[in-house]
Amino acid sequence: MFMKMLVSSLIRRRSRMLVALIAIAIGATVLLGMVAISFDIPRQMGREFRSYGANMILVPSGEDALVKLSDAERAAAFIPKEQLVGMTPYRYEIVRINMQGYTAAGTSFDDVRRTSPYWNVNGEWPKGADDILIGSDIAEFTRITPGTVIAITGRSGSGARFKRDMTVSGIVRTGSVEDAFIFMHMPTLEELMGDSGTAEVVEISVATSEAGLGELVSRIEAEVPGVSPRLVKRVTQSETAVLSKLQSLVFLVTLVVLALTMICVATTMMTVVMERRKEIGLKKAIGAGNRSIAAEFIGEGLLLGVAGGLFGGVCGYFFAQAVSMNVFGRSVYLDWKLLPLTAAVSAVVTVAACLGPVRRATDVEPALVLRGE
Amino acid sequence: MNILELKGISMIYGQVKALYEVDLTVEQGEWLAIMGPSGSGKTTMMNIIGCMDKPTDGSVTFDGQEISKLGPSELTAIRRDKIGLIFQQFHLISYLTALENVMVAQYYHSMIDEDEALQALERVGLKDRAKHLPRQLSGGEQQRVCIARALINYPRLILADEPTGNLDETNEGVVMDILSKLHGEGSTIIVVTHDPEVAEFAEKTVFLDHGRINKIVRNSRPANAKTDADALKAAGAL
Repeated sequence: MFMKMLVSSLIRRRSRMLVALIAIAIGATVLLGMVAISFDIPRQMGREFRSYGANMILVPSGEDALVKLSDAERAAAFIPKEQLVGMTPYRYEIVRINMQGYTAAGTSFDDVRRTSPYWNVNGEWPKGADDILIGSDIAEFTRITPGTVIAITGRSGSGARFKRDMTVSGIVRTGSVEDAFIFMHMPTLEELMGDSGTAEVVEISVATSEAGLGELVSRIEAEVPGVSPRLVKRVTQSETAVLSKLQSLVFLVTLVVLALTMICVATTMMTVVMERRKEIGLKKAIGAGNRSIAAEFIGEGLLLGVAGGLFGGVCGYFFAQAVSMNVFGRSVYLDWKLLPLTAAVSAVVTVAACLGPVRRATDVEPALVLRGE
Repeated sequence: MNILELKGISMIYGQVKALYEVDLTVEQGEWLAIMGPSGSGKTTMMNIIGCMDKPTDGSVTFDGQEISKLGPSELTAIRRDKIGLIFQQFHLISYLTALENVMVAQYYHSMIDEDEALQALERVGLKDRAKHLPRQLSGGEQQRVCIARALINYPRLILADEPTGNLDETNEGVVMDILSKLHGEGSTIIVVTHDPEVAEFAEKTVFLDHGRINKIVRNSRPANAKTDADALKAAGAL
């Protein structure tokens, strides 16, 4: 009979209950959407942050002057594939153009594009073995433009002189010290220097949190003694700060939405109680105790909360997808455990919102309402 | 044997004496009518007898139990277990069917029994309207559902407040006949009414005026108080 009364009350008085249901569903939609996005922000923003450059570098450990590329590969193997955005080695040597000395960096341009997507290249990225990029500072000083062929001279590791004509495919501007460098393919530089397999530094871009990076550093330090991994603090710390603020903002918005939902449901339930004073008075007159009256209203609230929570939860998934696609351009990962959790939170919020109105309901004097006061 | 005994009952709101030192006894199986003009204290008396209010002074003994000092939950229990209430405005729950309205009283009392609720509706001639909502029933039918609900828990006392106040003559006859049958089966009935014709069904009429009992008249049932058998048949109550 209890369920029959609850269900009949909800179904046969659906216009009023629909208002409460919609309020709860909207609250649940925003709740699930925000929580899903909040959980997914580190993953989504982690990818976004990777456009600001590498967050870990590998430098030689101990007294070694160079990092062995084989050691760097071993270190990279500890990074989960889905987190590894890119790994770029840099080897620096001194070369000359028209007798003027410059720093030449051998690297992998495909990897540079992944770890340093902020590089602005005027012209084209190098393709052939003799294609090079020159920094914007050098280009300004020497008035070299893309397409120019220049002679690179220098001495190899054994001291032998070399001279090679190379084509400037583009001018790179990074806003940093790289603007004074010449960049060429790593095999080309290794050929000129007469040795291979080493680099001064290896930049790694990993899409994970500061804590995750810290764990990787510890692991690499322990397992690969030839390299010393270090975090790029300015990147990792600002990432953590931004993520923390974003998550706090989402948390705050979620709290506000929950509070608004609670107010809306409480107002609706208060109206329901006022409308049903005669019914409450009658029930008390024919023998309903305060507990029965309270149980009926809380039961209605519970049903509304669960129904609104489930419906709103499903809508919340689409809401989160829409927000994620618009803001991050990627779909959001949704943990389906959030759906029953949202229904449970909605039920708790709705029941809490019902407590005030229920108290008013139990205060109803049957004699007063039955004679129309 | 007295089922109800009021001794020196007063109900005072500020300076207003709604009831003042009222004494009254009602015997088991008796049919009592309470009459009086507006403001005479009828409703206050009904609320006290119906355990919906407590007197400011005096004692009320109902079914051998002093109830004037009981708390709200104890009074609720007495209403639930021993009193059947019939209202002028019917007061049916709008979203429940006739059958469910009767079963609600069972639910608060102990446990529901659909067959028994159907039998109660059958007694008032409404078995075939059991699945109808109150808005699908006429005033007379709603009042009969109200009576079925009042009877379902076999109350010691049936307390009716203007039971025919909102009914036409035909339905008034139907309702009074049902009450007469209940009285014939031994039920104790107290009816609060403005209508002398309704009061004449009772064995005793108490006249209230300004919160005091003015007089108590023992009725001899008049000929014009007979039931309208045709109307009853037409309404399906017989």
